Amino acid sequence: MSTATVEVPQAPIESRVHYLNKSYGVKSWLLTTDHKRIALLYLVSITFFFFIGGAAAVLMRLNLIEPTGALVEPATYNKLFTMHGIIMVFFFLIPSIPAVLGNFLVPMMIGARDVAFPRLNLLSWYVFMTGGLMVLYAVLSGGVDTGWTFYTPLSTAYLNTHVMSAALGVFVAGFSSILTGLNFVVTIHKMRAPGMTWFKMPLFLWSIYATSIIQILGTPVLAITLGLVAIERSFHVGIFDPAVGGDPVLFQHLFWFYSHPAVYIMILPSMGVISELITAFSKKRIFGYSFVAFSSVAIAVISFLVWGHHMFVSGQSVYAGLVFSALSFAVAIPSAIKVFNWTATLYKGSVSYDAPMLYALGFIGLFTMGGLTGLFLATLAVDVHVHDTYFVIAHFHYIMVGGAVMGYLGGIHFWWPKITGRLYPDGWARFAALVIFVGFNLTFFPQYMLGYLGMPRRYAVYPPEFQVLNVMSSAGASILGIGYLIPLVYLIWSMRYGPVAGPNPWGAKGLEWEAPSPPPTENFEEPPVVTEEAYAYPDADAPASAEG
Amino acid sequence: MWHGFPLRPDQASTIARGVDHLYYFLTAVDLFFTALIFLTIFYLAVKYRRRKADERASQFSEHLPLEILWTAIPMGLVVVMYLWGSSLFIRNSRPPTASTEVFVIGKQWMWHLQHPEGVREINELHVPVGRPIKLTMTSEDVIHDFFIPAFRVKKDVVPGRYSSIWFEATKTGRYHFFCAQYCGAYHSHMTGWVDVMDPVAYQHWLSGAIKGGSMAAAGAQLYQQFGCITCHGTGKGPSYAGLYGKPVLLSDGQTVIADDNYLRESILDPSAKIVKGYTAIMPTFRGQLTEEQILQLIAYIKSLGNAEGSLGKP
Repeated sequence: MSTATVEVPQAPIESRVHYLNKSYGVKSWLLTTDHKRIALLYLVSITFFFFIGGAAAVLMRLNLIEPTGALVEPATYNKLFTMHGIIMVFFFLIPSIPAVLGNFLVPMMIGARDVAFPRLNLLSWYVFMTGGLMVLYAVLSGGVDTGWTFYTPLSTAYLNTHVMSAALGVFVAGFSSILTGLNFVVTIHKMRAPGMTWFKMPLFLWSIYATSIIQILGTPVLAITLGLVAIERSFHVGIFDPAVGGDPVLFQHLFWFYSHPAVYIMILPSMGVISELITAFSKKRIFGYSFVAFSSVAIAVISFLVWGHHMFVSGQSVYAGLVFSALSFAVAIPSAIKVFNWTATLYKGSVSYDAPMLYALGFIGLFTMGGLTGLFLATLAVDVHVHDTYFVIAHFHYIMVGGAVMGYLGGIHFWWPKITGRLYPDGWARFAALVIFVGFNLTFFPQYMLGYLGMPRRYAVYPPEFQVLNVMSSAGASILGIGYLIPLVYLIWSMRYGPVAGPNPWGAKGLEWEAPSPPPTENFEEPPVVTEEAYAYPDADAPASAEG
Repeated sequence: MWHGFPLRPDQASTIARGVDHLYYFLTAVDLFFTALIFLTIFYLAVKYRRRKADERASQFSEHLPLEILWTAIPMGLVVVMYLWGSSLFIRNSRPPTASTEVFVIGKQWMWHLQHPEGVREINELHVPVGRPIKLTMTSEDVIHDFFIPAFRVKKDVVPGRYSSIWFEATKTGRYHFFCAQYCGAYHSHMTGWVDVMDPVAYQHWLSGAIKGGSMAAAGAQLYQQFGCITCHGTGKGPSYAGLYGKPVLLSDGQTVIADDNYLRESILDPSAKIVKGYTAIMPTFRGQLTEEQILQLIAYIKSLGNAEGSLGKP
């Protein structure tokens, strides 16, 4: 990234001062307060964590090729799925879109110079890395086998692995999430450019705003819960362990009070990205702007009231089950509204199939399947059967990988020219999107069937009748793994060899596309003034104006 | 069923068929909307593909009746799902009053099961076909979960309390049961088989398997051995006769039902609930009785008269 003297003669990138070449050296990156550089710090860090978490998944899928476990001992398998869960949830998915794309785009989309608290922003990254290194320490020094859910009393009284450093790592990383959320809320409230009213904001900002609220309100509960786990484990105070007077189900209430909204921390920003992509690649206003915007807020609010659906078979009362089932169905409605509005946006559009759009269309399909199978889990009588089986695994991977990761990759491909100033090879990018889509479905669709047949999750060995579907899933995982490696190669390649992008390669609307690519440190040469609404693409039905 | 590539497990209990019907309904709705969204996207993306680089889109982007329509239809559908799923869940949660009780203790990493007649089994459960069976379950260590896919029943097995499920098998055969809640290193080895037998074969098995006395008889022995009799047999403490399943008036004016969880608590934490007219003089038996012994004592109390029709807490 610090190779400035590249021999691309026509490139204005090197002749112009921008955020990437303004200063060089490790120090200029580690001490930066530029939101764009901090976004790149996160990008590198979470990509690293993604491939660690992915490696764990590869080993798990390899092990499950044989019913007796092809590769590792059950105890090792337990460490693998724990590492996969903790790293993917807390160190990839939760920071992915907010900390990378959000950091880069929130100030640019509202026409600001930086976030409200730039130094706090840098601190968030250091806090995040501290938590991440604590978890890596736990992994390297022998591993941890609590599952990412840390259920008690298993985690507090029965395991001799590195539970403390893993739990405290997640505890620490949570503060990064809180601080980032806080920063975005203040930035969006206070730093919008003149004329940028709430209802002129791009929908990405609405979803980041809703996500930030969840991060601020939910994460402290997780911190408290993990703190209580640490206290019980260290000092044998009876909080969750019934042998010393605690209540193990209390832990589940506290844990899911955060961890269910956390699902929406992962998916809401992705929904925001999809709204940007669908509009840019159909050259169209979003269908039902206010319905899409308020559905983000509705999801954020309802998400705090559905945690009990993780406990339908935990011994929660029948009546609590009835209430949480109803509330869980309620959260399906705003999600459905979003899907219908995205689809309707294509109507009479001018649709192109650039790589980011393929990710966006893939997102809608996979999110639809993930969301609809969520209804099975909200339905009490059916959940009793599929709870804690592979059906649940398939469902949340459709949401978190089919949804959140597809949205993240779509966003990375969309804003990559803005971030680096260069284009990647579009053919390869479309090919990778297709490989990921196919590999994903082959990996996770068989898991729905495995779940209904009764295969429990977190099994290192399993009865032989489940083997065929497991082999299919493992085969799909190998395709998916390759799909994820392809973008890594061509995106890195493009940073040096890609054609120069120009400020707005997609012809997209939005303040970020008015700045040069890559943007200067201060983003805009002059503070922009906003006069038009979001997605004000020219209208085919209106008489041609000067800008056509 | 589709042989060699089944889409559902065996339907081997009275609960299974109802759950499957609801599952088919949900699958149908799911397939319909998945197809609708996929086909619509495909159709629109092809029909309105960009033909010229400077092409403009029609900016039609608001339609209130459409928004109302696609809010109302999903709402109607989820109300149906909710009512259907909940009524079935309530029905499936209530064991018939005439259920035969089997006691289940989970521990890392095995299942210990005991029949009222005293027969003990490890990772194996023999039951007769066509008779409702209620499992009363607890754990000696961490949370486990008892899951029988062919019966479509599952419940967490939590230390420090009793949970229960019930089923009535409809087909003889051998069916898997699994621990479905992650419980440590050998979680995936904590599995076993339900052997559903025809009633005659079951009686034959049972009479061959009985070695000692019944659970209630073992409880009666503990009643002597641990000195419960010195108070509860003399009027110093409340009598056990006819206690099980009856309402008990407490000293604070509340009334509780004397179910499994109440009796368990009264043995392990006697001063938590004081029966009206008595004083809190009973010592705790926490740590002195095993989970199995507690269940035997409860079986003994139950044998001394039983208010039929009352249930343990769900």
